[in-house]
Amino acid sequence: MVHIARWRLMIVSAVCFFGVWFALPNFFSKETLIRFPSFMPTEQVNLGLDLQGGSSILLEVDLSNVENEYLSSLSDEIRRQFRKEKIGYTSFKVTEQRLDIMLRKIDQGDAAKAVLRRLGGSDATVTLEYNGVLSLNLSQTSVIERKRMTISQSIEIVRRRIDEMGTKEPSIQQQGENRILVQLPGVDDPAQVQTLLGKTAKLAFRLLHPSVTADQALKAHIPAGTEILSVDGHHNRGAGPEKFVVQKNVDVSGEMLIDSQPTQDEMGGWAVSFTLDATGARRFAEVTRKNVGRPFAIVLDGKVVSAPVIQQEIPSGSGRITGTFSLKEARDLSILLRAGALPAPLRILEEATVGPDLGADSIHAGKIATFVSVILVLVFMFLIYGGLFGFAANVALMMNLVLLLAALTLLNATLTLPGIAGIALTLGMAVDANVLIYERVKEELKNGQSILSAISMGYERAMATIVDSNVTTLIGAGLLYAFGTGAVRGFAVTLSLGIMISMFTAISLTRILILLWLKYFGQKKLIQQKKVKNA
Amino acid sequence: MLKGIKILPNNPKIDFMGLRFVTYIISSLLIFGSLGFFFFKGLSYGIDFKGGTIIQIRTPAPADLGTMRSKLSALNLGNIALQEFGSPQDILIRVEQQKDTEQGQLKAINLIKETLDTDTEYRRTETIGPTVGAEMVSNSIQAILWALVAMLIYIWLRFEWQFGLCAILALVHDALAILGLYSIFGLEFNLTAIVAILITIGYSINDTVVIYDRVRENLRKFKKMELGKVLNLSINETLGRTILTSSSTLLALFALYFWGGEVIANYSLPILVGVAVGTYSSIFLAAPLLLSFNFKVRQDDDKAVEFQNDMKA
Repeated sequence: MVHIARWRLMIVSAVCFFGVWFALPNFFSKETLIRFPSFMPTEQVNLGLDLQGGSSILLEVDLSNVENEYLSSLSDEIRRQFRKEKIGYTSFKVTEQRLDIMLRKIDQGDAAKAVLRRLGGSDATVTLEYNGVLSLNLSQTSVIERKRMTISQSIEIVRRRIDEMGTKEPSIQQQGENRILVQLPGVDDPAQVQTLLGKTAKLAFRLLHPSVTADQALKAHIPAGTEILSVDGHHNRGAGPEKFVVQKNVDVSGEMLIDSQPTQDEMGGWAVSFTLDATGARRFAEVTRKNVGRPFAIVLDGKVVSAPVIQQEIPSGSGRITGTFSLKEARDLSILLRAGALPAPLRILEEATVGPDLGADSIHAGKIATFVSVILVLVFMFLIYGGLFGFAANVALMMNLVLLLAALTLLNATLTLPGIAGIALTLGMAVDANVLIYERVKEELKNGQSILSAISMGYERAMATIVDSNVTTLIGAGLLYAFGTGAVRGFAVTLSLGIMISMFTAISLTRILILLWLKYFGQKKLIQQKKVKNA
Repeated sequence: MLKGIKILPNNPKIDFMGLRFVTYIISSLLIFGSLGFFFFKGLSYGIDFKGGTIIQIRTPAPADLGTMRSKLSALNLGNIALQEFGSPQDILIRVEQQKDTEQGQLKAINLIKETLDTDTEYRRTETIGPTVGAEMVSNSIQAILWALVAMLIYIWLRFEWQFGLCAILALVHDALAILGLYSIFGLEFNLTAIVAILITIGYSINDTVVIYDRVRENLRKFKKMELGKVLNLSINETLGRTILTSSSTLLALFALYFWGGEVIANYSLPILVGVAVGTYSSIFLAAPLLLSFNFKVRQDDDKAVEFQNDMKA
């Protein structure tokens, strides 16, 4: 008699039921889903940016200068402290992870060493040699830690800048060691994002040298503690000088800024207003009070944006940056200043943008292609096997599609355009397990087995083959995932899921379908066959 | 119960072993032809590997490629290639990597947008920098090599090392065929090509393992039979399944190629060829190659035991 284990029937039915249950929302529009009763699932498959439209940008944090920058800002502090304690030095040299200071007097060595120990913190080792060279070495762990910090800060700043732009549902993730993947659904012109992310936005207010002009400095020598910076070409109105002699000492920096907005100046041109925090305001007041009548430079990313003359003390801690801004530039700059400076420069490695129409077209084409391939395979299977097996294989195929959708939805996987290709491909390959089993069953029948034992033997024998052949294909899909990125991964995910699901449906679902059919409709056939055998 | 159209002979008795020298020659031609094209003509690498930008646009009326080309060439952005993409209104513009890396690429895109008519719809832009390109090359080569190694090990463990070796030879043959396809027809070699190669390998090994499985079983069943006859019998016995599965997969891929849109078509064409080549190599290469080896099949594993269980059931 036909016997089907109850647990097997229950598990298979449960899997199929939940498959349909969780795949269901994918067949309805978002509007219909809202009207679903609350116990129903409403989660749909995540669509990749290539399907829903949007922009994705892969950035790399340039870590090559992190150590040098840290060491040179540390040098500034040390110099200031040396001046206070009247420690003489002849040179400061920053090389990789290392700072060398040549002291003027060897007997000040201990005092200098103490300064370095204090300012360098616990992660640096300080050594003093007999020739008066004082060295500070950063430890390897501190270097790694600083890089890690730089990356997480960069991600934070990127997030703030993107948020300031008002993008919907942005996703900002770290990728690999020093990369950031920014995904912006719905953004179809990435130019603004790129401009915003491509700038470090380091702002500094620095005094100009009171008398020496750039031309003089270039001809003779650059005064100590100053450097020559060129004017941001865009903001040069043609009349002013191209270069300025700017003091290295930063009086007020962008970190002390708490707000910034686009604004208009008296002439109606666009400018950027800023407000400083308490420390910044105090310093700004002090500097402006002491230097009335002297010009100072507003330096952005190493270029002079403007160099106004201080008219009077500015006690409020707020001011305005003028230049020749357009409205858009003023808005962009204020966003950058509000969000803060990046701790290290970012480089754009990769950028991809898909317009919403192309995304919709791709979804449409993908649906049609999947539909056509399902129909073709269904018809093919029915033609080849006909009747019961054809029917069972086709039910299994449809279930495959449903389970695949349910799995993608539940795993929160992202469906990409190549992923759709993966679905259609697995549907074609999904019949493989069924075909293997049926061919086996046919052979067993040919060998004179009864229908029931032929079915049972066909399944048992095909198993090893099915597992072997699918494991090897899964290896390929797994490597595709491991080495691929983005869209390729989407393909690998649907392919692997499809293979595993097709194994399940072929091994358990179709078998139960056939046995059920035999149990309820096939009695006559079984009896007939018995009679033939007995005769 | 098992009705349906009989498109396959019931008991095929094709002498695959007799044919093997013919197919060896065909396969050698394929391999050396592919290698020859690869070394002398090379591949036309796409932006995934070379870096650069592609812009897909749609114009309101069929575009005049000539005028558009001369307008864009005047921008002095290096080599700019224009190509119809699915319809006369859809154009794909390829801009090579600009010397002044990222900002340069951004400027180039803006210049192009300023030059083209204002009613142009920008459907897709993609920019890939040179570092990522170099990485993708190395990742792709690694993916394919590791796939081959992993499959070799798996088959070695499940069968014998000779099976593994023959299977891998057939896979290398398939991978080279795809490479040849790209080189001969000058198709753009992008990540899709790597995907196609990995899928082909995955599909081909699937086919090969099914045949090997039968070979192993028949070797145990007919201990006295010559290896050549066992191989012939095994290929013939699994031929029905091999053809059916390949046909249904090819049907699905045809649907993708014709209805899936331009991007999906780019994916499915090489896979289509790959599935066909993979099926061929499993039948005509992976199995007959076993004849070049002398080996014994392990008797003491699960398969033999399973056979007895079946008899009891």
